[in-house]
Amino acid sequence: MATIADILAEHNDKEGPLLPVLHDVQKIFGHVSEEAMREIAQALNLTRAEVHGVVSFYHDFRKEVEPRPVLKLCRAEACKARGVEALVPIADNQNRIKVEAIYCLGLCAVGPSAMVGEKVYARLDGAKFKILLEAM
Amino acid sequence: MTVRISDDAVAIACGADDVAAAFIAAGVTVERVSSWGMHWLEPLVDIDGSGYGPVSVDQVADIINGNAPSLGRIEDHPFIAKQTRLTFARAGKTRPLSLDDYYASDGWLGLARAREMGAQATIDTVMTSGLRGRGGAGFPAGIKWQTVARASGDQKYIVCNADEGDSATFADRMVMEGDPFMLIEGMAIAGFAVGADKGYVYIRSEYPHAIAKMEAAIKLSAHLVAPFVLEVRVGAGAYICGEETSLLNSLEGKRGEVRAKPPLPALEGLFGKPTIVNNVLTLAAIPWVLQHGGEAYAAFGAGRSRGTMPIQIAGNVKHGGLYEVAFGITLGELVHDIGGGTASGRPVRCVQVGGPLGAYIPPAQFHLPFDYEAFAAADALIGHAGVNIFDDTVDMAQMARFAMEFCAVESCGKCTPCRLGSTRGVETLDQIIAGKNVAANLALIADLSETMKFGSLCALGGFTPYPVMSAIKHFPEDFNR
Repeated sequence: MATIADILAEHNDKEGPLLPVLHDVQKIFGHVSEEAMREIAQALNLTRAEVHGVVSFYHDFRKEVEPRPVLKLCRAEACKARGVEALVPIADNQNRIKVEAIYCLGLCAVGPSAMVGEKVYARLDGAKFKILLEAM
Repeated sequence: MTVRISDDAVAIACGADDVAAAFIAAGVTVERVSSWGMHWLEPLVDIDGSGYGPVSVDQVADIINGNAPSLGRIEDHPFIAKQTRLTFARAGKTRPLSLDDYYASDGWLGLARAREMGAQATIDTVMTSGLRGRGGAGFPAGIKWQTVARASGDQKYIVCNADEGDSATFADRMVMEGDPFMLIEGMAIAGFAVGADKGYVYIRSEYPHAIAKMEAAIKLSAHLVAPFVLEVRVGAGAYICGEETSLLNSLEGKRGEVRAKPPLPALEGLFGKPTIVNNVLTLAAIPWVLQHGGEAYAAFGAGRSRGTMPIQIAGNVKHGGLYEVAFGITLGELVHDIGGGTASGRPVRCVQVGGPLGAYIPPAQFHLPFDYEAFAAADALIGHAGVNIFDDTVDMAQMARFAMEFCAVESCGKCTPCRLGSTRGVETLDQIIAGKNVAANLALIADLSETMKFGSLCALGGFTPYPVMSAIKHFPEDFNR
C-alpha cells in the first residue's frame, strides 16, 4: 500500500498539488487523518491550518473513516421534480448503509439517481431503491 | 451485425452495460458510442441507423431475431431531426475515444485552420462568431481571448470550467464523455490564439466517467496538440468551485473561496497569470467556429445571442435530453412540443431555467424566447441552459426553502450576505411554511433577498434570490396556506 510519502512524491512536479494529493490520500486511506495533514503540510511548505482549512472546505474529504458502505443520493431540483424525496424515508429507516445527499450527478432526465463508488444508478423508485440498498 | 450502444453515464445508469454484454454473449459485435441525447430511450440500441429503446436485457434476443418493434431511423426521429447540432454533431455517431472516428468526422480541422490563419485572425474569428460564454454569464468569448492575448506574461493558462454543478444540466458531461477530442481541440485553439502552452480541465468529482474519458483522450491526442499540454484536475464536491475565481483557488490547492474582481482572471488568473476561464460548451463550440468561420456561426441565433445553445430538458419531462438549437426558441416549444409535457402526465406547474440559481417560470411566461436579454428582462436567467420541469404536485414554498438551504450548504463563507443570509433565509421560510407571521416574514425575505442580490461577491449569494422571489411572486398561494 502506498504511503503518504509515495503519494507526495507522485505529485511532486504538479503545480498546486494539494487537491490531487488529498484525493489520493482519501482514496487509499478512506480519510485524511491529523497525521496525514501534518505530513502533507510539511512536505508542501504549508501550515497545518492551511491544509486543515482545505480538507474541511471540501465535501469529498473525511477526517474519519466511514465504516459503513456509502450511497450518494441526488437530492437536487431535477431529482426532486422526479420524486426523490419519496425515497428519503426508505433511507432513513435503515442504518446499515450511509446515505448521503449529493447535488447532481448530471442524470437529470432519468432521475431519481444515485452513485455507489463510481457506479451510477437511474430511474430509481421505492422498489429499486430498496433492492439497491439491500445489495450493498 | 454490429450494434451501437452508448457508454455515456446516462446509458450506463439505465443498464446499457448489461444490454451490451447480452449482445456480445449472443455473438453480436458491439460498438460503444456517444449518446444521441434522447435520455428517455436509453439504453438506446442502434442497428444500421435504426433505433430500439429503452432496451432491457430480456429484449435482446427479439431484437437480434428481428422480432422487436423499431423506433425507425434515429436521425429522422423528430427530437433529433428538428435540432441544429453544431456542438453535438457527432452525438450518437462516433466512438468517444477513437481518433479515427474523430478524424473521419472533420476532427482537428478547426485547429489546422487556426494554425494556418494565425493567432490574431483566430481571435478575430471568435469575435465575429458572437460566441458568448456558455457557463451562464454570457460574456463574449472573443473579448476575453483578446484580453488574455494582449496581457503581458511569460506564462498563460487555458482553464476549462467543467464543474457542471447546476441541477438539470448535463451538456458538459455529454461533451466530455461523448466527444472529448472536440473539447481538447477547442482548448488547443484557445492556447494557440492567446499564447498559452498549458491547459487545465477542472472536472467535478461527481463525474467519474467524464474524468476517465478526458484523461484517456488527453493521452491519446497529446502529440496532436503539442506544444500545448493538458491536465485534468478533479474537484472535491464543492458547488461553488463552478464560480471561476473559486475554481482558480481550488486549482491552486486552496479553499474554493471566491476572489474579489478586479483583478480579472484574464489578467491575473491561475497563479496570478493571465488566464482564459471558459465553460466546456464555449470551448467545445470553437472547433466548429474555426472550421466554418465566424459568420457561419453568427448566422444562427437571435438578437445578441448568436449561434446555438445545447439546451438540457430535464426533471419531470416525458422526452428529456439534449436539445441543441439556435437561440430564440420559446420555452413553451421546449416544454410541450419537444419535451412532450411531464413524465407523470400531470399538468406542468413551472420550470426552473438555469439551475439552482435560476428563476421559477410559470406557464404564463412560456412565450419567452431563449435569449440572454429576453430572460434578463423577465427577471430570469438562461444560465447553463438547463430546463427543469415540475408538475402540479410541487410545493413552491419547499423549493424556495431548498434554494436557501442549498446556498447555505454550498456557500464558501467569504461574504456575509451569502453566508448568513442563506441560513436566515431558511429559518424565515420555515416560519412562513409553519404559518407564523406570514406577511411580515415575506417582507423580511424580500428585504433579505435584496441584500443578498446586491451585496454578495458572486452569483451564488447574488442569484439565490431569483428562485426564492420568483416562487413567491408567481405562486403566492403556496406561501400562505
